[in-house]
Amino acid sequence: MSVLVYAESPKGKFKKTSLEVVYYGHLAAKAMNTDCIALVLGSTSDAAVLGKYGASKVIHVTDDSLDNFDAQTHSTAITKVAENVGANLVVFGFTANGKALTGRVGVKMNASILSGVSSVPNLENGFVLRKSVFSGKANAHYNLKKENKVISLMGNSFQIEELGSSAEVETMTLDLPTAKTVVKELKTVEGTVPLPEAELVVSAGRGMKGPENWGIIEELARTLGATTACSRPVADTGWRPHHEHVGQTGVAIRPNLYIAAGISGAIQHLAGVNKSKVIVVINKDPEAPFFKAADYGICADLFDVVPRLNEALKKFKQNN
Amino acid sequence: MTYICVKFNQEKMEILVCISKTPETTAKIAFTDGGKNFDTQGVQFIMNPYDEWYALVRAIELKEQLGGKVTVINVGDAASDIVIRKALAIGADEAVRVDVNPQSAIYTAKQIAEYVKSNSFDAVFLGKETIDYNGAEVGAMVSEYLDLPYFSFASNIETDGLKSRITRDVEGGVEISEVEGRFVLSAAKGLAEQRIPNMKGIMMAKRKPLNVIPAVGEDDSLEIISYDLPEGKSGVKMIDPENMDELVRLLHEESKVI
Ligand SMILES: Cc1cc2nc3c(=O)[nH]c(=O)nc-3n(C[C@H](O)[C@H](O)[C@H](O)COP(=O)(O)OP(=O)(O)OC[C@H]3O[C@@H](n4cnc5c(N)ncnc54)[C@H](O)[C@@H]3O)c2cc1C
Repeated sequence: MSVLVYAESPKGKFKKTSLEVVYYGHLAAKAMNTDCIALVLGSTSDAAVLGKYGASKVIHVTDDSLDNFDAQTHSTAITKVAENVGANLVVFGFTANGKALTGRVGVKMNASILSGVSSVPNLENGFVLRKSVFSGKANAHYNLKKENKVISLMGNSFQIEELGSSAEVETMTLDLPTAKTVVKELKTVEGTVPLPEAELVVSAGRGMKGPENWGIIEELARTLGATTACSRPVADTGWRPHHEHVGQTGVAIRPNLYIAAGISGAIQHLAGVNKSKVIVVINKDPEAPFFKAADYGICADLFDVVPRLNEALKKFKQNN
Repeated sequence: MTYICVKFNQEKMEILVCISKTPETTAKIAFTDGGKNFDTQGVQFIMNPYDEWYALVRAIELKEQLGGKVTVINVGDAASDIVIRKALAIGADEAVRVDVNPQSAIYTAKQIAEYVKSNSFDAVFLGKETIDYNGAEVGAMVSEYLDLPYFSFASNIETDGLKSRITRDVEGGVEISEVEGRFVLSAAKGLAEQRIPNMKGIMMAKRKPLNVIPAVGEDDSLEIISYDLPEGKSGVKMIDPENMDELVRLLHEESKVI
């Protein structure tokens, strides 16, 4: 019995979510009285670092072909390692690739499968985990009844702590099928944190009047080191790119800070942002529904408030 | 005069689109029996937006372009018939409903995979997730049962019916892949534009076949113990718009997020 966590390393680097998954694996293993083993696939420079976040050992499958993402090959590799180390809990991040793999590995292992969990297993009455359902409007507590369990962890659910030193790395080679999918291109923006992983988000809606006014939002985001987001109508009319659309039918986020300017706070918008730890709403309408979901509210014209907030933050950054 | 239409390297596509029924987006979420069951009283149900707007419409577009057929499948009880008819009205050719109320994604996936095994399709499309349980799991599971390549969160697909080029959304960007032959795809925003059914579609939908078939296997992997509602915010603190230093101070000292 052990816990196996898959630490994604796109372009050879660990993401914040990969470290969260390792740390969560450590917490789960502690609850289950066993060890947390981290798994790395493909080329990575520093697999041992995962020891710091709670892995007692790292298994590194070095096969270059694993740099090409193919859900079939990757899930085969992960399942083989899980069998090899006798894992009965496998943990993924609730990421694009994690979502493509959780279900596959779960089927291969004839496991109980649960995605987007946000709690450490409670073993008092079975194997109970919490996840957020109905787009953040409720939580459900599930009992995973099969011997094997394959789950994915909702991002930003646990604050990572550095625990130990680096871990022993065991390299492994596996006999893998040839990938049927050929990745031609991986185009990701560098320099900004992608929305699903962002801790600070500045978002704006139709109250901006037009795409030409977004300069103040981008400046505020730059000062904070935040990622920008927007409401759905803003993405639908092409004022902002689609990937910035947050909400029930866009990206669901859970940053530490969400600043919303000129967004009314429709229920579908809230569904994607209501897991943010702190919400600041800037809206000139005192009746805007968003104020009910906010921690801090500023009822005024955003075109005055946003630049003023930016100045105040700059001053703060200089002194801290 | 006769035209001979020659198609080069283009194959008809038979696509299976998985659709599910979810509470409407503004539905009030409440529970009965001390948090044991979801209270469906007064809740309106709709077709899951990702299934409808993107997966179904793109499948119909490909049929229009290459020829072939679009079949929709739902795993659910008779209450799903309303969303199935809507899918037929939008342009699907026929429908199947596996007559069971599933409790887990894996059981749903198993039903879909069994149907594909006995009916052969070129591709299976579904929405990237449902807006009620937000699991994003069924697609991966179906592809595993069928041992097919899987493209999650696809925002673009070009295909001649044989060879396909698919763009997937990944964190902070996209990944573009190619595949030959059959595959499973989950649909994200951008894959297609929503279509509203017209009167003719709605009339025709009534005459299209909807086959009801029994479920297979046991649904025994998960059990929901209870639901609860997240703690609400304790109330908004209004800040003087002239005093943004105060907001910055609160974010730093009180809520410690900067
Ligand atoms: C099935 C379905 C799914 C949906 N999914 C989503 C989703 O995922 N995400 C999403 O965002 N929406 C979604 N919507 C749309 C949602 O219902 C709202 O229409 C949308 O969120 C409104 O966007 P908004 O707040 O930018 O615009 P509006 O509602 O028009 O609000 C603009 C706000 O700006 C304020 N304002 C205007 N000028 C100023 C100013 N100068 N200074 C300060 N404030 C100002 C106004 O007071 C107003 O509150 C969905 C709808 C449906 C039906």
